Amino acid sequence: MIRHLLSAGDLSLDDATLVLDTAEEMARLTEGRAVKKLPTLRGRTVVNLFFEDSTRTRTSFELAAKRLSADVVNFSAKGSSLSKGESLKDTALTLEAMGADGVVVRHSASGAPYRLATSGWINACVVNAGDGTHEHPTQALLDAFTMRRHLGELAGKQVVIVGDVLHSRVARSNVLLLATLGAKVTLVAPPTLLPNGVDGWPCATSYDLDDALAGADAVMMLRVQRERMNAAFFPSAREYSRRYGLDARRQALMPPEALVLHPGPMNRGMEITAEVADSARSVIVEQVTNGVYVRMAVLYLMLAGTNTEETA
Amino acid sequence: MNATLITNARVLGGDPQDILVDDGVIVGLGAGLRKDGARTIDATGLIALPGLVDLHTHLREPGREDAETVETGTLAAARGGFTAVHAMANTDPVADTAGVVEQVWRLGREAGHADVRPVGAVTVGLKGERLAELGAMAESAAGVRVFSDDGVCVHDAMLMRRALEYVKAFDGVIAQHAQEPRLTEGAQMNEGELSGRLGLRGWPSVAEEAIVARDVLLAAHVGSRVHICHLSTKGSVEIVRLAKERGLPVTAEVTPHHLLLTDELVAGYDPRYKVNPPLRSAADVAALREALADGTIDIVATDHAPHPVEAKDCEWDVAAFGMLGLETALSVVQHTMVDTGLLDWAGVADRMAFAPARIGRCDTGDQPHGRPIAAGEPANLTLVDPSTTTTVDPSASASLSRNTPYEGMKLPGTVVATFLRGRLTHDITGGTAGGNA
Repeated sequence: MIRHLLSAGDLSLDDATLVLDTAEEMARLTEGRAVKKLPTLRGRTVVNLFFEDSTRTRTSFELAAKRLSADVVNFSAKGSSLSKGESLKDTALTLEAMGADGVVVRHSASGAPYRLATSGWINACVVNAGDGTHEHPTQALLDAFTMRRHLGELAGKQVVIVGDVLHSRVARSNVLLLATLGAKVTLVAPPTLLPNGVDGWPCATSYDLDDALAGADAVMMLRVQRERMNAAFFPSAREYSRRYGLDARRQALMPPEALVLHPGPMNRGMEITAEVADSARSVIVEQVTNGVYVRMAVLYLMLAGTNTEETA
Repeated sequence: MNATLITNARVLGGDPQDILVDDGVIVGLGAGLRKDGARTIDATGLIALPGLVDLHTHLREPGREDAETVETGTLAAARGGFTAVHAMANTDPVADTAGVVEQVWRLGREAGHADVRPVGAVTVGLKGERLAELGAMAESAAGVRVFSDDGVCVHDAMLMRRALEYVKAFDGVIAQHAQEPRLTEGAQMNEGELSGRLGLRGWPSVAEEAIVARDVLLAAHVGSRVHICHLSTKGSVEIVRLAKERGLPVTAEVTPHHLLLTDELVAGYDPRYKVNPPLRSAADVAALREALADGTIDIVATDHAPHPVEAKDCEWDVAAFGMLGLETALSVVQHTMVDTGLLDWAGVADRMAFAPARIGRCDTGDQPHGRPIAAGEPANLTLVDPSTTTTVDPSASASLSRNTPYEGMKLPGTVVATFLRGRLTHDITGGTAGGNA
């Protein structure tokens, strides 16, 4: 298993499968039990280092670590090193001095987890919990886990990812992980919200959502910020919804068993209608539950292996 | 002043000759020169170049003396073989008045390592709103001829037109930092496949090219000359080439780092590779080298941009743009242009001394630079040993800053000695190390 989880692209097929299988095991060990705690990471310290607000992701990681009996410290350092007094480096040195074994980092700057992992500031394992518009690998893992539970092995499955790919760390991580797992990904977005050079990514692209839905096994809607229209990425929220939103009419174009995913938080009425979000084929709430299992698996695989001197 | 006899130097890479320097002036050039009492420097195997002239240097003083001072920056310049540097205007306060440019100029004279030619800001405070007092700076003791808002583009077309016109009165030149601001809001790296993958905001080539195209047309329209700073894209090369074919009055510079490094280096998010304009693609690098070789790009300019450690020891987004360049420039040019056969040493002398001095109008006057190596000319000379290979060590830099992108790289060539009007400003010839500066 890799030492840091910075990009979904760092995971080989074996690594990714191991995480998903381990998450399945975590689910089996805790689902439906009154006591959901495992003693696996007792004595280990996990720091949730969040430079950006994200109650959902932080809570998910916190629960995951606690269920593994790790000591969890939440370290909120809102703002960047420019706006705030303390630099990323000093924060890292502080965590190192406190003896963190794992650092789960969320940051508004793309690549901040790389800096943390590669600058020699800390020895702890670094888990990227979302960096800027770069990646969010545990989100991709929980999405894959959720899809696998419903669809079986993902090799050959068709996954359509719709929305603001340009600014989406979820999309980047999903494209990489799903390619590793052998799924066929189509990104659908207005041309303004597809990054330059997307042709080189291991996926197809389309500007037409209706076309892309026909053969889909799963459709993943990305959050789109209304403010993007102020930077001329699209003319209005309403036009965006019309062309790229998932509503009941479009859902009817999908095969009957196809899943609907959304990483949350949703803009109901923007990229997805309430009707679709709450439909029987929506697995959006399940994604949240699965997030905990996947994060348990990641923390377990990364931290338990470093435990050798203690068990000796 | 003592006379100096430099023996067996390959002048501009030609056959070995002796150069006799007396009282700051080259007094003899030829074989078997002798002069009683002269100190002798054996330059066997060394190339003699005119003292290099940098048209684009950030000395940071006044305002950011934690990053560089005129003293340390010009010492780095001397070590890099430069005898004159043009100090950019984006200091604090901005060099937009006669007072500030004269201060910088005077600090240069006091330091004595290289002549400092201050660049004046085009607009007050680099704000792009109204013209700075260009005439006052031109007439000051600093004798400013190059004006630039470098770091910021003079993007208002009307203001740029007026600036180009206005400086004709004193034979000035506007050096444009070509960057369309709206296309580069929050830009972090070259826009391309990699920026999309890394999730870093792209700085598209077209943002440079749109301004280059506009400005060569503006310069032609008003009959003034425009200089393009740190040209970085293949498309800009094509525009400048076309403009020159039409006889339009444009000159352009390329930095050493854009001749050598590509955007692939950004993949690890190490801010030492963060620079503006950003490192571009391999295709751009190839086009820049070719353009420098064929003269489409007139000069190499360092864009030496010192930053304190903390400005780079952080996340990419908040790190400062810029990298050191003075001490490594000649080595990078040897590596990318000479050792590849694209340019000979006479070509290097042109691109790094003669042409930049002409563009900056410091090839005439009291203490000219970029003059031929010939009897009667000021003894601004650089001796280079092209046979060495050195691993770049940031801690060995004369600069106050350490933000070199070449750390650990092996680069060819060593500047062995630099003479400013006959005086050694840098000397590692051996027994005389330390010089008399």
